[in-house]
Parts: sequence; structure tokens; C-alpha cells
Amino acid sequence: MEMMRKERIDRGIKVRTEGIYAISSYREILYLMGPRLLLIVGVLVLPLFLELAPYWKRVVNIMFVYSLLALAFDFLANYVGLVCLGGAFFVGVGGYLSAIFNVYLHLPIYLSIPLATILGAFFCTLTVMPCLPLRGVYFAIVTLMYPLLATRVIEALNILGGTNGITGVDSFPHEYVEHYAIIVFMLLFLFGMRRFVNQDIGLVIRGVKDNDQAVRASGISVTYMKTLAVFIASFMCCFGGAYIAHLYMWAGLSLFALDFSIIPIASVVIGGGGTLVGAVIGSFILVPLSEFLRFFGTFRIVIYCAALTGFIVLKSEGLMVYLQRKYHQFERWVRV
Amino acid sequence: MKDNIIISIKGITKSFGGLKALMDVSFDVYEGEIYGIIGPNGSGKTTLINCITGFIRPDSGHVSFRGHDITHMPPHRIAHMGITRTFQIMRPYYSLPAFKNLIVPLWSPRARKTGGWRGGGKHGDRDTVAVDILEEIGFERDSRVPYKLASTLPTGYQKRLELARCIALRPEIIFCDEVFSGLSMSEIASMLPLIEKLKMDGITLIMVEHRLRELFRVADRVMALNFGEKIAEGYYSEVIEDKRVKEAYLGSEEV
Repeated sequence: MEMMRKERIDRGIKVRTEGIYAISSYREILYLMGPRLLLIVGVLVLPLFLELAPYWKRVVNIMFVYSLLALAFDFLANYVGLVCLGGAFFVGVGGYLSAIFNVYLHLPIYLSIPLATILGAFFCTLTVMPCLPLRGVYFAIVTLMYPLLATRVIEALNILGGTNGITGVDSFPHEYVEHYAIIVFMLLFLFGMRRFVNQDIGLVIRGVKDNDQAVRASGISVTYMKTLAVFIASFMCCFGGAYIAHLYMWAGLSLFALDFSIIPIASVVIGGGGTLVGAVIGSFILVPLSEFLRFFGTFRIVIYCAALTGFIVLKSEGLMVYLQRKYHQFERWVRV
Repeated sequence: MKDNIIISIKGITKSFGGLKALMDVSFDVYEGEIYGIIGPNGSGKTTLINCITGFIRPDSGHVSFRGHDITHMPPHRIAHMGITRTFQIMRPYYSLPAFKNLIVPLWSPRARKTGGWRGGGKHGDRDTVAVDILEEIGFERDSRVPYKLASTLPTGYQKRLELARCIALRPEIIFCDEVFSGLSMSEIASMLPLIEKLKMDGITLIMVEHRLRELFRVADRVMALNFGEKIAEGYYSEVIEDKRVKEAYLGSEEV
């Protein structure tokens, strides 16, 4: 019997290693820029189409926030080796800080969001720092406790509005500001991160994931690199949190809801870990899907789970990894 | 040169629970020499390196490097002073291409302090310096090898990469933890000139080895460990003839 094997060949414009291309025509430029432009333009014109379906405006905003969280999770898990389930904690800190600045200190919205993002990232990094020596599942479990802990503390001490939360947070001045604030920053963070992980400092951070002992033996403090990575990830999440607080005009305990930790993970699984874009695409699929399934009432959880399982069984490598492979390589069957 | 002690180890003791891994081990290494550490399996060679380079805290004893006490420093600060090591179990940065593996030491504060990452010239980038170092250590520059993913490299190249990672740091001392193990005779033969070249560059090498014949071709002095104790030290001809070393490797003659 004849044995057949699938052979994969890289397209000719790739040189030696990842990310270096030899371009000799407009067609090849388009080949490289096409997917990127498709994403950027698609995301930028999306709010215009939403005029046709006003109900989805809020959903799309939340979707972009989730894609930021997924981006942060993908970065921490697949580039630094920290499986961080504390996304909800980062979101909550960002949201509450922004509400405090806005309501208690009367800062305008264009000051409260950046301040909450930066100070929130510092606060989150400081609180996570004691667990940084932990690895793998231990780090995951401890970080999962952070949002739960924050909820209990706010409840028990009845501070920051207690169970009612902080109300009266300013909203965005215009609907389009609301849309584009998150869209522009999502794109900036996405392409910024893609660039960052291939810079020299990003390579060092990836080295920490592969072999932290060797990084130590090279005279670099592993704790410092991990701290830096957590700062970057919590920066993105705190921005998302501050945005949500102003979107809902309210900061409450639901900002610490585990949804903010779990859905990003599912997005990364669907989109393909380690691609960064995959995390974003994954949340573009999952969040609207879960919203769409609301029509089915409680039955939606079943459909949602079936869809997730389907993705994991059929495309376990992740959607984006699969698409990138199809895009960058020829495939053909050859006789063995 | 002989009276120029670069690193001095005094009375290192380490036990894991009831097991005494190292008992009162002391030795001095002179600047620019190749010092071998031999011993049967489980005699504490790797533990000794771990204690000196800070990966394990010794229970007692002192390590001093050029007169500075470095006993309880964390590993990255010891490496920053110029003491680096290879690992017995090779674990390159799998997800990076081979030459990108060297970006990590070239980015380190030590390389930036010494200017090592510029590779001599005033301008330069780390990628070029990384490929230069790899070429020096036997990766063919114009082949695909330096650009392959580190996880796909053959064992011989992974061992070289491990050593290259140390060289990129411009160290003063390299601890080599079994760089020859798992290599074929021809691969070892091509590694030996490399070791000697490092010595010519003025780097002090401390080599832990199982392969005695290959070690004896390059080592200036040798120390033998058995059950965590130093049993002999000196030129290899003396050490190899030592009664206790023979016993450790071959068993005692009395039945």
C-alpha cells in the first residue's frame, strides 16, 4: 500500500528565522500586510456598522476589554511562564481606583483612567510580588485567591461603598469616544506586545519561561524580570478595569467576578496560545457567542460548552496557529 | 601566576536531611588554570558547583572570589561578578533560535557594564555579536544551524550552546558541569581545542567530568571527591595513582 505524507514548505520570502522576510514586490508586501490591515481596518470600522444594531454596542466594548485581558493572560502564560488567574483582581483594582479618583477626588475622566492604570499596575505588581517565587499550578492557585480576597475585604470592612459599590462615576463624553478609546488602546497594546516580545528584553523574559536557572546563571535577576512582566500585564488589565468602571458608571464587587479571569483563558485556548493575536481573535469569538446565546435562556451554557469542547477537540492547537500555518506554508501530499 | 588565587573554597559542608552530600571540602584555584573535579556518581560534584555558584546554600563554609566573600549571594549576583556555569542537563531556551539564546547573557547587566555585547566595536547589535560568538564556538556561520530553533539542535551543538552562553557573559571563571558527557569521541576531539582556547583567553575553568581521559588532556590540576569528601588533589598523574581514588572507582582490594 502506498503511504502518503503531508509535506509543508515555507513560502520563499521567509529568511532564515522567524520574522525576517525578503520582499521584492508589492504583492509580497501586500501578502505580509494584508492580515494585519484586515484586522486593524476591520476593528476601526466596526463601530460604524454598529449603528445598525445598537444593542451590540455595549457587547462590543466589553469584547474589546476581554481581548485586552486575554492578551495579558497569553503574555504571562506563554511568554513568561506565569499562569495567572488573577485577571479579575487587576480589573477590579483598576476599576475601583478609577472610581475613587473620579468620584471621591473629582478628577476628570481623562485623568482618572490613566492614573488608575498606572497606579493600579504598581499596586497589583506590589501585591503579586510575594508569590513570584512560586511556579506553575501553585502560582495559579494563589493568584486565583486575590480577587476572592479583595471581595471579602471590601464586604467585611464595608469600605468603598461596600456591597453597593461606588456609584456616580462619570461616563464617556460621546459614544464614539467610548468605542474608540478601547479600540485604539487594544490595537496599540496588541501590536506593542508583538513587538516587545521580540525585542532583546522580551527575549530575556521568554528565557525565564524556558529555563530560569540559566537566566540566573547569566547574571540577571529572575524576580526582576517577572515583576516587570506582571507590571506590563496588570497595566493592560487595569486599563480595562478603569474603562469598564466608566462604561457602567459604577464600580462594584462584580468587577472582581471570576469571569474576568476565566473567559480570557478560554479565549487563549481557542485562539491559540503564544500568538497574542490568537487571544484577541478568541475573545472576538467567545464574547459575542455567549451574548448571542442569551436567546436560548439557561440552555446557553450547554451550547457554550459544546462549542468550547468542539474547538478544543478539533483544533487543539488553536485557531490562529492553524490559520498562520495555512497562510505561511504550502502543503502537498508526497509519497513516502 | 601560581600564587594568584582567584577563587578559594573553605570547608563547604552541605547535607540533605540525613545525607551528607559534602563534608568540609576546601580547595583553591589559581588564575588562568584548568582545574578538574572528578569522582564517582553521587560523590557531590554537582552539589559542590551549586554551592559555589549560589544555587544551593551551603550549611557552613566560605567561598571567596578575589578576596570578596560570595558565600550567601544570590546566583545572579555571583554571575554578575564573573562566575558562571553550564548545566549538566542541557536546557537551552527552547522557543528561541540558537543565536537568540545568547541575547540573554548579552543583555545582562554584566555584559552591558563590560561593553561585551558590542563585540569590541563602538557600534554593534547583539544579534551580530551572538552569531560571532557562535561561530567562534563551532557553529558554521553561513549554514542554517545558528538560526534553527534551539530545541531542534543535535546534542553536540546544544552542549556548545551551553558553553557559548557562558562565554557571552565575558566571565572570569566558568564552571563546566560535564560538558563532555553524551558526546561522541569526534565531538569531544573538536571541543578540546575550544577549552584550550578559553584558557588562552585567560578564563579560569573548573571542570567536573566523568570522562577522565579527556579531562586529563586539558586539566592542570585535579581534585577527587568521594561521598562528599575530598580524597586527593594534585597533578593528574598523582591523583590517578592515589590509593583512595583507585578504591573509589574500582572498589577496595580486600574482600
